[in-house]
Amino acid sequence: MITHPTAAELTEALAGVEAGPPGDARAAFIARVADNARATLEREAALGPAAEAAAVARLRTLLGRDGDFEALNAELCARLRDGRLAPLDPAVLAHLKATLVDQVAIDQPGYWGLGALQSEGAPSR
Amino acid sequence: MDVSAALSALAPRLSAAATAALNVRRLSGGASQETWTFDLDDGTPLILRRRPPGGAMSAAALPLSTEAALQAAVGPRGAPVPEVVRVCEPADGLGEAYVMRRLSGETLGKRIVRDEAFAAVRPGLARRCGEVLATIHATPLDGLPPLNVSDAASELARYETVYRQSGARRPVFEAAFRWLEERAPPPLQRPVLVHGDFRNGNLMISPAPSPKGGLVGVLDWELAHLGDPAEDLGWICVNSWRFGEWRRPVGGFGDYQDLLDGHAAAGGEPVSLDRLLFWQALGSLKWGVMCLMMYASFASGADRSIERAMIGRRASETEIDLVLLMEQAA
Repeated sequence: MITHPTAAELTEALAGVEAGPPGDARAAFIARVADNARATLEREAALGPAAEAAAVARLRTLLGRDGDFEALNAELCARLRDGRLAPLDPAVLAHLKATLVDQVAIDQPGYWGLGALQSEGAPSR
Repeated sequence: MDVSAALSALAPRLSAAATAALNVRRLSGGASQETWTFDLDDGTPLILRRRPPGGAMSAAALPLSTEAALQAAVGPRGAPVPEVVRVCEPADGLGEAYVMRRLSGETLGKRIVRDEAFAAVRPGLARRCGEVLATIHATPLDGLPPLNVSDAASELARYETVYRQSGARRPVFEAAFRWLEERAPPPLQRPVLVHGDFRNGNLMISPAPSPKGGLVGVLDWELAHLGDPAEDLGWICVNSWRFGEWRRPVGGFGDYQDLLDGHAAAGGEPVSLDRLLFWQALGSLKWGVMCLMMYASFASGADRSIERAMIGRRASETEIDLVLLMEQAA
């Protein structure tokens, strides 16, 4: 479900990480990013299939057609792009939000915005 | 080229009493520019900003001489910026570069929004940011170096093209492009000087409370252009620079109204919250597309580092801001 990068690309990039000299700030930074990437891959393996299945079920209802995630997501993008679906359509927003909650739980579970999405919404106007 | 030796040779021209450069150290640097810190032997603290030899200039970045000229233009008008000491010439041996005074303070957003040391300056910071932006936006354009002009519609079109080229299919971005396109304000009759990257990371904050409200330096002028003043007001409210303090939309330290009040009180053109929120949403969308672009340098093979790959996964954080803003508008 998640691309740019895919899990396969992350795995490939991880394979290219080399240990740097001890005490080197840049190498320490890269090591932290690599740890993050490994944790992301673990979460994606654990949570990704259920997230994708839920997204497919929502998209079938929203779009009124069948297909796999890639085809349905592409169809949603096309309909938003050409105006067949309105950006502020409540059904569209509900799907976007639910998909995003699942995706951020994989990409950045510590990110504050996840809490904002699930709780009381955006900062007060 | 030895930067340290070149700076020592230049020292007498940077300060009359100086004969050498000490403590020369590179702070950071990307492909398009490097930042070095050093002291003169008379005690003057300085910063060198230079284009690395052979460094590619990113399409949007200004010549360093333009950055220096903008700082020199806004400083005397009361905007806090480092004083430019020298715009380097070829004979200086440093390439495209300039030297400015080094300010004391903090630029790390995480510390500014969370550390106890900044608790006293945080309450006044959003208003102060509004005031400083009004000062920048009021800069007379006569005599400024050439700058690009942009507006909401042209920015949207530019980033949509980049998004299309990325090949990504992200329905939040698709929805946001159409939503913002409908709401894009028309180009201004008289576009103003816009900093273009006014946010945590580029703002030097001093923990000492003062009438100046802690903001002692506006840095990194490489994205400055002519445009809508609300662009700067919205950019500092993008969620990615709130560092967890998401209930404080202005940089994680302040509220919308304080920012807008400060801007108006300092003579800025009145900006409505809706107009600010338009630019905040466009800012989130731009940052999201930038995350995809940075990932693209991994995908193309230009940079196979894990860092470049992982930045693509940060696009989803910008989608949170967009979905929340669209929900509010629905």
